[in-house]
Amino acid sequence: MTVDTQEKKIIEDPGIDQGAAKLTPEKIAQVINTTLGTENLARLYAYTKTCVHCGLCSDACHYFLSHDRDPKYSPVGKIKNTLWPMIKNKGKVSVEFMKEAARIAHTECNLCRRCVQYCPFGIDTAFMISTVRRIVHKLALTPQYIQDTAHSHAATMNQMWVKEDEWIDALMWQEDEARDEFPDFRIPLDKEGSDVYYSVIGPEPKFRTQLIYQAAAIFHEAGVDFTMPSGTGWDNSDMCMFTGDFEMMGRLKRDHYESAMKLKVNKIVMGECGHAYRSVYDMGNRWLGWREMPVPIIHSIQYFYELLMAGKIKVASTIDKLATFHDPCNTVRGMGLHEMGRAVAKAFVPNMVEMYPNREHNYCCAAGGGVINCGPPHKMTRVHGNKIKAEQLKATGAELIVAPCHNCHGGLEDIVHHYKLDMEIKFLGDIIYEHMVKTKAVEE
Amino acid sequence: MQPATAWDWSPGKKDIWDLSKHSREAQWHEELYASPDGEKTASIAKYGDEGFGICVNGQAQERLFEKIWNLRFAPDGRLTAIVQEEMDWSVLVDDEVWPEEYAFVWGVQFSQTGGTIAASIQQDGEYGMVVNGEAWPTLYQNANNFVLAKDGSATAAVVQVKNIPQADIWTYKEGCFSVAIDGNAWDTSFMNCWTPVFDAEAKRVACQVRHTLYDYSIVVDGQAWSSTFPSVWDPCFNPATGAVAAPVRMAGKWGMAQDNELIWDAKFFNCWNQQFSADGKNLWAIVAPKFGRWTLAVNGQVWGKTFGTMVTDMTVAPDGKHAAAVGKEGDKYAIIANDTIWVGWYDMVWKPVFSSDSHNVAAKVKRAGDRYTVVINGQVHNEDFDQCWDPVFSPEGTKVMLRVVKDGKYSRIVIPVPSSHH
Repeated sequence: MTVDTQEKKIIEDPGIDQGAAKLTPEKIAQVINTTLGTENLARLYAYTKTCVHCGLCSDACHYFLSHDRDPKYSPVGKIKNTLWPMIKNKGKVSVEFMKEAARIAHTECNLCRRCVQYCPFGIDTAFMISTVRRIVHKLALTPQYIQDTAHSHAATMNQMWVKEDEWIDALMWQEDEARDEFPDFRIPLDKEGSDVYYSVIGPEPKFRTQLIYQAAAIFHEAGVDFTMPSGTGWDNSDMCMFTGDFEMMGRLKRDHYESAMKLKVNKIVMGECGHAYRSVYDMGNRWLGWREMPVPIIHSIQYFYELLMAGKIKVASTIDKLATFHDPCNTVRGMGLHEMGRAVAKAFVPNMVEMYPNREHNYCCAAGGGVINCGPPHKMTRVHGNKIKAEQLKATGAELIVAPCHNCHGGLEDIVHHYKLDMEIKFLGDIIYEHMVKTKAVEE
Repeated sequence: MQPATAWDWSPGKKDIWDLSKHSREAQWHEELYASPDGEKTASIAKYGDEGFGICVNGQAQERLFEKIWNLRFAPDGRLTAIVQEEMDWSVLVDDEVWPEEYAFVWGVQFSQTGGTIAASIQQDGEYGMVVNGEAWPTLYQNANNFVLAKDGSATAAVVQVKNIPQADIWTYKEGCFSVAIDGNAWDTSFMNCWTPVFDAEAKRVACQVRHTLYDYSIVVDGQAWSSTFPSVWDPCFNPATGAVAAPVRMAGKWGMAQDNELIWDAKFFNCWNQQFSADGKNLWAIVAPKFGRWTLAVNGQVWGKTFGTMVTDMTVAPDGKHAAAVGKEGDKYAIIANDTIWVGWYDMVWKPVFSSDSHNVAAKVKRAGDRYTVVINGQVHNEDFDQCWDPVFSPEGTKVMLRVVKDGKYSRIVIPVPSSHH
């Protein structure tokens, strides 16, 4: 496989370019110094003073490995081209420098934290790139498409501009459709005191309504007492976390948690999304002053695993294909759900082969961390930046990838297509729904 | 429904309905709702291909619909639901469907007494509200954060007043959102508006706004405070003075501002859900005085008892001098009232309820996984139920009505209020 040289072109992004046109060196210095001086100062100071430039983080980065070990794509290289000059020059950096920093921080790092595992000092490069994005946000240099997503979050409390009636209508539509298969099927709205509050991300009602159908069908078959809210709070995603707009991130997480608290549920089960999980257990909750999650949140990977182990969902048939399991960064490196994910996948697809490396060492899909949300202008940056993933996938010889994360799906689809891998990609919900025992369904 | 003074407050248990007895067999019955006076329960029933109906104390109502949802009793006892006929939606109030139909209806709200019923509507891709069957004169390309004033005399919502082409982040920043009151938008628009709220007379409206990506403030009747903050939370009006208070973020911590002036120092890790007492003398809020520790504060004075996981469902007593809330430590919930954590940890606790004289507090609780009961003044009622609703105090505060389901029967139980342990 070769890297397309087209990526060497300067990629125009109106969000970055038009934002930069309004900047002055004074403004840049003021924002950098204020941000670095008042937010996470101790942590940043410790990291910058501790790094010995050993470069062990380099081999952890899929961008570095996919670009013939070009040092500028190494994690330390990216910090050297973004944060370090800001610190070293006390904020006196040029507009052009900031444009490049915005591009690097938003499109050449997935905040996947793989490099953190390989740093002998545990330096969190993703945190430092997040700090760059925070500065980029404050300077209004955020790429256009992800800024639009953040705007949607602020205006509608979901990332896809889904209006309030459209959300409810999508649920009722899926409920109605599913009654052809399960005659007494319900998606109970606002059912106070339910065991489970099921939350999803914006694209599900907008583009992937079948995922809501499937999850609800699995819950129905398993006898789960669940509900979904008719009001806002249903979208657990949080692109503001990735644009560095932490104030909006907190507002979104408050809305999510409060909608569940209002319904007095025991727990929230969230759909197959990785970054949303990070936003609820690590970032957003803590910005709001909650040390942990005020309402327990269980990722679908874990919940499906629990239902399967408890015998509440049973395997009716298996998939006769060679499959591999993709480990999403936020649910695996972040929360250690890799064995549960494998157990569920393997129950329905016995013929599984591992990618190498795997589990917490797995390579990111290159879509995560908000990179895919930067939109079409940057698509090839992430596709070329993950040649290593394509090689990793190809080496398995698998026909099917099981990937329990929305962004991973998007990223892997582009990689599969670009590198002509001829592989199918499915969610856990897809394979469970298609191959579980359906005792409550009408006989065909 | 009669006023609460005329309800049956004689102590004892009254079985209202045997849940197995229905006048018409249904494919299924959805969630049960109890009326405020405890005399009725209602549920949505599915009658196969014929559609959905409503069942009250086991009696099926004749009229069927393609779809029914959001079945609720209004505070005045009228039974309401959102119903669909021939693909259009409206609101059913007792036996009457509002004559106007819409492409979609949701978010039904009641005034404090229940005399006014409002809902959110979408018609021909435009959004607004309908109040007692009458839609706003102007609808908008989008609207949310719908609110009905307590006295039912006015409605408001955040409305989108300017079109935003796809991915046009620049037009968005110019300010495309405003607040419409009874359908009439303010002349001013903002980058974002959230949580409009009425004053006690429903004459004024305040809300949160974002002027830019970084500057948040409070707007009252279209006029913004001169100060901006890195973030703010929902404002509220002082019912006595008309002052507006809102939590504001400064230098990474939260304080309370009133009419553009800081009244509580920004020393909290969070501060929200503030509420004035009815006489306007006391301002209560949920606060986090330390990271991961939660409690209540009144006029900036923080209670001593705290919870590690969260505090929610703050209720201020009618006298404004007392308050109660639900606290959570680990995975267990407790009730905190007047800075005392009641004995007993539960799987869930519902919002506490005060008696009208402010002397008594009660709350519905769940324990042992799926058993329900109530706790009154710190004492757990001596019987568990399969299901129960919030307790209701008698008007003079000496009795409590429990609305419960046990052994397949819905019952209404009136008991004397036990004296306070605390």
